[in-house]
Amino acid sequence: MKSESEKSVRTKKEDRKTSIMQTALKLFSSEGFYTTTMPAIAKKVGMSVGNFYNYFSSKDELAKEIMLYISSVLGEQLREINMSEKSVREKIDMIVKMYFRIAQERPELIEYFLRIFLSNREIFTKSCSGMVCVSDFVTELMLFFDDGVQSGVLKDQDFFSALGLFMGYLGGMVFLNGEEVLPQPLHDYESAIAENIYNALRKQ
Amino acid sequence: MKSRPKLLWLQGVTCNGNTHSFLNYPHLSYILETFEFLYHPILPATYTLEKIASCTQSCDILIFEGAYDPRMMRAGSRMETLVQHYGSTANTIIAVGSCASFGGMFKQSDPEYITGVGFDREIAKGPFAKSNKLINLSGCPIHPEWLGYTLRMIADNKVILIDEMHRPKELYAYLAHHGCTRNEYFEWKVDAEHFGTKEGCLFYKQGCRGPMTHASCNKILWNDVSSKTRIGSPCFGCTEPDFPRTNMFETKTNMSIPQDVPLGISKRSYLTLTGIAKSFRIPRLEKRLIDDNT
Repeated sequence: MKSESEKSVRTKKEDRKTSIMQTALKLFSSEGFYTTTMPAIAKKVGMSVGNFYNYFSSKDELAKEIMLYISSVLGEQLREINMSEKSVREKIDMIVKMYFRIAQERPELIEYFLRIFLSNREIFTKSCSGMVCVSDFVTELMLFFDDGVQSGVLKDQDFFSALGLFMGYLGGMVFLNGEEVLPQPLHDYESAIAENIYNALRKQ
Repeated sequence: MKSRPKLLWLQGVTCNGNTHSFLNYPHLSYILETFEFLYHPILPATYTLEKIASCTQSCDILIFEGAYDPRMMRAGSRMETLVQHYGSTANTIIAVGSCASFGGMFKQSDPEYITGVGFDREIAKGPFAKSNKLINLSGCPIHPEWLGYTLRMIADNKVILIDEMHRPKELYAYLAHHGCTRNEYFEWKVDAEHFGTKEGCLFYKQGCRGPMTHASCNKILWNDVSSKTRIGSPCFGCTEPDFPRTNMFETKTNMSIPQDVPLGISKRSYLTLTGIAKSFRIPRLEKRLIDDNT
């Protein structure tokens, strides 16, 4: 059994790792993945390069851990929505609002997913293939769809067709917002988008 | 000579499947020597059905095969009367097959009246509901060894531990998944695309209920060599109270997500595990292990 002090050291190391990932995320998001170096991240977090490698053995390792972290943050939010007693229609509203809120408050999370994870697959093919790094988030979406079909509200169809419609739509809107193409603030579109998603997925 | 325990085999609404299955029991001669068969639909017995129906005899073991319909007539007597009489004299009542245990297939013909002798699906109901004399041997049909085991335990005066559905734990504590030769495919989520192949897991598309069915079919093999899953057919969950379900050759999914997941695991945990396992490609499991065409 681990002693209290060992646990405390472990917790501190985990906290430090999370803090590094948050800083790295912002740098990757603003400077780009390939142009951001490990020493640059170490400098930003105030750490020697040697010590930095105690936390992440390579940039690819860091990239993978960041994706797992984002998936876990989004998955946790989705889990709360799934566990609530709301209707499927209300849950769609909540998911759209949650996603756009995170895109506004912590844009680097969504940016990383769209611009780095999806756009630079070569970084992730070895250790992050398939669902490995996004399973927290995707599992919650599966549970949401499963519940929607079982309760007779959503149409039974292929999972990826529904996933693409839902998350592709939200990702696309966040992308357009990031490109400053949208004439209105993102949250102005929430209710129309939620309604469109509901209409597209519901049982006719 | 010591008198032998008296055994009565009564039939309700049945297809005779359990009677026929039990004829394959390799130690049948031991059973015939150990027990006195008062009546059996096929095997030599002491009395005729007419004599049994007069309710003038008593038995030590009552074996009931088929679904229970109290209104059914047997040689001029109501089933309700026969069951009450012989059930009260017996020390042990064995329901053989899923119809006798839970209503099974024949319950479909008259769901309001027809039940098992101690359960209606999973609810305790029927003439022997909550009776501590009742042992359920569910299955469609039962494996001959399951009844053989039960009778030999009784003959040896040994205690048979039962689960909440009155099934012997020795036979039903396991899942049909236990001992399945396709477990490697289940672990890595590789589907069987067709029936009858040696490769692939039957759970994802073909309707296999092995991971949620209490049965020892892959532990005590049929004819000592086989089981449904070994020949490439899905387990239909025939030992469970909800048998028969509909669309038994299909896995019910909602947006490609299985509605039912293996027993005892939350859907959230199962989907997490599945998503990750599916991410690994294992070429060895994606092709035929033995391809006769090359």
